[in-house]
Amino acid sequence: MSLKKIYSEQPDNFIFSNENLKIVDSILEKYPKKNKKSAVMPLLYLAQKQNKNWIPLAAMKYIAKFLSIPYIQVYEVATFYSMYNLSPVGKYFVQICTTSPCLIRGADKLVKICKEKISPNEREMSKNGDCSWIEVECLGACVNAPMMQINEDYYEDLNEKTTKEILDSLIKGAPLKPGSYRGRKNTSPEKKNILNGDIHA
Amino acid sequence: MLKPEDKIFKNLYNELGWEIDSALKRDDWRNTKEIISKGREWIIDEIKTSELRGRGGAGFSTGLKWSFAPKEVGSRPHYLVINADESEPGTCKDRDILRFEPQKLIEGCLVAGYTVNAHTCYIYIRGEYFNEGQRLQEAINQAYEKKFLGKDACGTGWDFNIHIHFGAGAYICGEETALLESIEGNKGQPRLKPPFPALVGLYGCPTIVNNVETIAVVPTILRRTGKWFASLGKPKNTGTKIFCISGNVNSPCNVEEEMGIPLKELIEKHAGGVIGGWDNLQAVIPGGSSMPLLPKKICDTITMDFDSLIENKSGLGTAGIVVINNDQDIIAFMARIARFYKHESCGQCTPCREGSGWMWRILDRTAKGNATHSDINLLADVTKQIEGHTICAFGEGSAWPVQGLLRHFRKEIDKRCNNDPLVKKKKDVPYLVNQHLLEKDNA
Repeated sequence: MSLKKIYSEQPDNFIFSNENLKIVDSILEKYPKKNKKSAVMPLLYLAQKQNKNWIPLAAMKYIAKFLSIPYIQVYEVATFYSMYNLSPVGKYFVQICTTSPCLIRGADKLVKICKEKISPNEREMSKNGDCSWIEVECLGACVNAPMMQINEDYYEDLNEKTTKEILDSLIKGAPLKPGSYRGRKNTSPEKKNILNGDIHA
Repeated sequence: MLKPEDKIFKNLYNELGWEIDSALKRDDWRNTKEIISKGREWIIDEIKTSELRGRGGAGFSTGLKWSFAPKEVGSRPHYLVINADESEPGTCKDRDILRFEPQKLIEGCLVAGYTVNAHTCYIYIRGEYFNEGQRLQEAINQAYEKKFLGKDACGTGWDFNIHIHFGAGAYICGEETALLESIEGNKGQPRLKPPFPALVGLYGCPTIVNNVETIAVVPTILRRTGKWFASLGKPKNTGTKIFCISGNVNSPCNVEEEMGIPLKELIEKHAGGVIGGWDNLQAVIPGGSSMPLLPKKICDTITMDFDSLIENKSGLGTAGIVVINNDQDIIAFMARIARFYKHESCGQCTPCREGSGWMWRILDRTAKGNATHSDINLLADVTKQIEGHTICAFGEGSAWPVQGLLRHFRKEIDKRCNNDPLVKKKKDVPYLVNQHLLEKDNA
């Protein structure tokens, strides 16, 4: 269960844009007609995408009406799952995996760099207002540890130097490419041996 | 060691291309129509012959699970649900299947769907795997174009549709009933079993839930016969498995190997050995963070299969191997795992919700050297109070690794627990008002 705070400044209204209404129709087709409630998770994602990556309370009320279910059922889903942001996040939202397999390969150093480069605290905007970061639990790329997720993309096989480069590129507004930063193909074993782990962070 | 021709996932690293055309060259969708025309009984028998066990962690016989689905469709439709909510720390095998071998999964869905009488399949992917989900959707669209899905799928006369449902960052949704709750649009809190999903599952209808890897190996087994699959590995632990080797190894990787391969061989041959040499090994988690760790002494000889790991009071789980060498602080490592479980507990059952926090706080104190001697017994007690007292297996999953630490690294913890503010041995304690606090049994 995630601890999240509802943002203090809420917009009064929220409605789906016309383009998104078309997507809503295709989402509703996936589920049986009498089980429209199943669409609550995809619709919350859609609202989050439309509203600069966070969900206002008005959107939850709107979705509840849309699916004809009680507001509290949308609210409890939005607060239960950790990927729904209930307060604004940066245009570049950096999530660092710090669970054990990443930790023993140096994820704590990545956190330190984020504190220096972006902001001293989690969920806080950087000086230029473009970036924010949080620590998250296992992102499921343990073989490519340490790694971080920026918006939807995975940046893998990082070390201190490459993390700094990536974060600098975010602050400049021209993010580097996602993928492995040790030049390997996906999850294949590397040919050369890394002695005593000097290369990774 | 596994022969190259016996590998099921030939495109694990995307060296050959994931698109449907190159997948067809790798024999995907070959003879699917003939296989399905042999009938449900034959498919289930063949899977039972292969002794395939579920790859999601519990290791339950897949053929047996399918045979639990009602034979005739009654008033309620049947559903097939694929569990791609891969969040176990140390595991990243399903991600590669979704990215690079999607057609194997889709073909497996059709075969499994036909076998359990389901016309609809939901694939539940964790929300963080957004790109992998998009890739899978593309692959599904390609399969629709080739008429492998949809009405009269693959010319078998069976209508079959696949939908993707994204999760949103809850580890607990990997538990099958929590996953069903999540698809229904609720909080992901597990249901009591029985009734089992095979009879009352998604929307109250009969539902079979399988892991991605389990379903993806099914078409190859049926094409190459169950006997071939059973000839690999060990009796009752047959076939091949994708191992994810992470942590302090020289070249962490995913690799497909035979079941029952010695752990040492796996680490040294495929992952380039432990950083600092085999002697620098401290412990290994053999199957994702829910499984108790093994100290070096056991790692020297252990083989990687369900039964021999259970004998050593651990388990194969998802085969996510996390290697920890002597440079790491094992207690801080375990404290971080305990924090993971504290964060991910769904909050439904009190022993798990509260106990996971207790375990984290005690381990965190121990790692920082602020714990007292009585804390060790308290910790052991808390793990016993969680285990077996929860609705789902999350309770065991959070308690077992801590029990493993206590079993194998007791001395290490003892050394750290020197801080004892209340009782000082060899010291004449004067009478205190709260004397009862000195009696450890009462404290």
